[in-house]
Amino acid sequence: MTNARMELVCPAGTPATLRAAVQAGADAVYCGFRDETNARNFPGLNFSGEELAEGVRFAHDHGSKVLVAINTFARVNDVDLWKRAADTAAECGANAIIAADIAVLDHVAKNHKQIRLHLSVQAAAATPEAIGFYANSFGVRRVVLPRVLSIQEIAALNRAIDVETEAFVFGGLCVMIEGRCYLSSYATGKSPNLNGVCSPPEMVSYDDEATSTAARLSGFTIDRYEPGEPVGYPTLCKGKFKAGGKTSYLFEDPVSLNAGGMIAGLKAAGVTALKIEGRQRGKGYVTEVVRAFRKAVDAVEEGGDAIEIDRILAGQSEGARQTAGAYSKKWR
Amino acid sequence: MPGIALTLGPVFFHWSPELLSDFYRRIADEAPIDRVHVGEVVCGKRMPFSDPVWPEIIERLERAGKEVVLSTLAAPATVRERRSIEDLCADERLVEINDVTALRPRSGRPFVTGPFLNVYNEISAQFLIQRGARTICPPVELSLAAIGDMARACPEAEFEIFAFGRLPLALSGRCYHARIHGLHKDSCQFICERDPDGLAVDTLDDQQFLAINGVQTLSNQVQAFCPVPADLTSRGVQRIRLSPHTCDMVEVAKTYKALVDGKEDPKAARFVLSCLDLPGTLVEGYAHAKPGWQATASV
Repeated sequence: MTNARMELVCPAGTPATLRAAVQAGADAVYCGFRDETNARNFPGLNFSGEELAEGVRFAHDHGSKVLVAINTFARVNDVDLWKRAADTAAECGANAIIAADIAVLDHVAKNHKQIRLHLSVQAAAATPEAIGFYANSFGVRRVVLPRVLSIQEIAALNRAIDVETEAFVFGGLCVMIEGRCYLSSYATGKSPNLNGVCSPPEMVSYDDEATSTAARLSGFTIDRYEPGEPVGYPTLCKGKFKAGGKTSYLFEDPVSLNAGGMIAGLKAAGVTALKIEGRQRGKGYVTEVVRAFRKAVDAVEEGGDAIEIDRILAGQSEGARQTAGAYSKKWR
Repeated sequence: MPGIALTLGPVFFHWSPELLSDFYRRIADEAPIDRVHVGEVVCGKRMPFSDPVWPEIIERLERAGKEVVLSTLAAPATVRERRSIEDLCADERLVEINDVTALRPRSGRPFVTGPFLNVYNEISAQFLIQRGARTICPPVELSLAAIGDMARACPEAEFEIFAFGRLPLALSGRCYHARIHGLHKDSCQFICERDPDGLAVDTLDDQQFLAINGVQTLSNQVQAFCPVPADLTSRGVQRIRLSPHTCDMVEVAKTYKALVDGKEDPKAARFVLSCLDLPGTLVEGYAHAKPGWQATASV
């Protein structure tokens, strides 16, 4: 698999960002419907059936693929909503459906044999046995890898499986195993698996107090900022907490993922596609990030060295702190 | 009307072999529980410590008439961890699956799906039942109503609700016990053993919030869902799961037994539980489709 060119998979939260990502050089874009069937169910984001059909036409005209994320877990007695989303994606001519729930995978495998199935990161399949189960049961062709594996582990995994793998390279970073984290519903009642949201905005408050501003989620203080300090979004797993007599960013610092420096390593590990996170991001951001990663991936494919890749991707940090996450073994 | 059975879930924490032996000896001799899960589910690195004591514990429990279920790892990664799952799946006893990794080796023979396996709807449940699922304990974030809807659609299997203990909320590739002590997972010194109920995580404003247990994050609060038996039987939910802590688990089991037998009402049961040496306050929000931390006892 290492001889094929790596595919760059880019976020499309809206029809406008879909066009932007395609024009900036995305090999594929991924998007979802405007409901709880996808894991980025935020107000103002996502696609109607008509918008998806139009988006697929645009992407195909420009040589890009469209992958539709139907990757939450279907609600009991309401599975038809998820099935209909899959039917619509297939009717629109999407190239693949990204799913995690057995009910959705089973429906697509039985009713839409022409469409590729990709296993969502929300399914958290990290072993050859788990991936083999999804491949055999539903004909899954690609697995989006959980963001907890090191490059060495990814290489070993790729040697043991015969489906493609897709790895996140840039954007938000979940430190918990995705699809198996209920922190958000514990605090707010809304979760990624059930509602397609994590740490939902309607539960966030910023409270100005005597000497600092508290960022709270559902009343729980997630972080506190001194006057003049940039205020962050209170995502649960990036909060500052007290434990064992210490105050710290216990789970993860407020950082985002940038594995730009590991593109060559991921290619050598047998990864087929690189994914940029950020369906909640605007057109300008998507254009800039996709353009830079397009250049970087092309440079890696042409045998460019690490210094050249670093130079291409310099400036993709927005002044925020970044990490290569679990790809580097010492992250654990 | 059939009664409601009690299950003792697997121990999530890194207990010493001595603590495990003493704990299960008491469960075998004194706890009115008919099914007991054994085995490590959170961290494969702990297995060399507990592995030697399981055979004796299992024998003791079975001699006391308990049905023993072998629980398997929730996030296997290494070759050794994957092999442990395969070995356990070959056993004649009932096995609890906590990761899809175990599905193929166990397919066609009876198993329990644990709360780490994402079973959210009747279609997924039926798929797993066709492959051998006999008892389904869905993820903790599902309400009693949602579990009941699944149970009604799948009369072939038994449904179980996570009723007591700190709620298992998340797993990671990173070990937080190691991180907070300035160590890495690969050289963790098994420091999680210091916190046999998990290490409390409070907010900057000292609100009790979460707890860490190696790679696992739990609630700080203790789930103590105390329904009247008819709430469960009318929905087809046939089992209650109690999750082990260092508090008096025999007393917890006796309290739930009295509750499901209709000998004690929910208010009295909750009072008894609140008097025990628990690591957090009592909550049951999830059972009522509310945020998990809420104590919606009056519903």
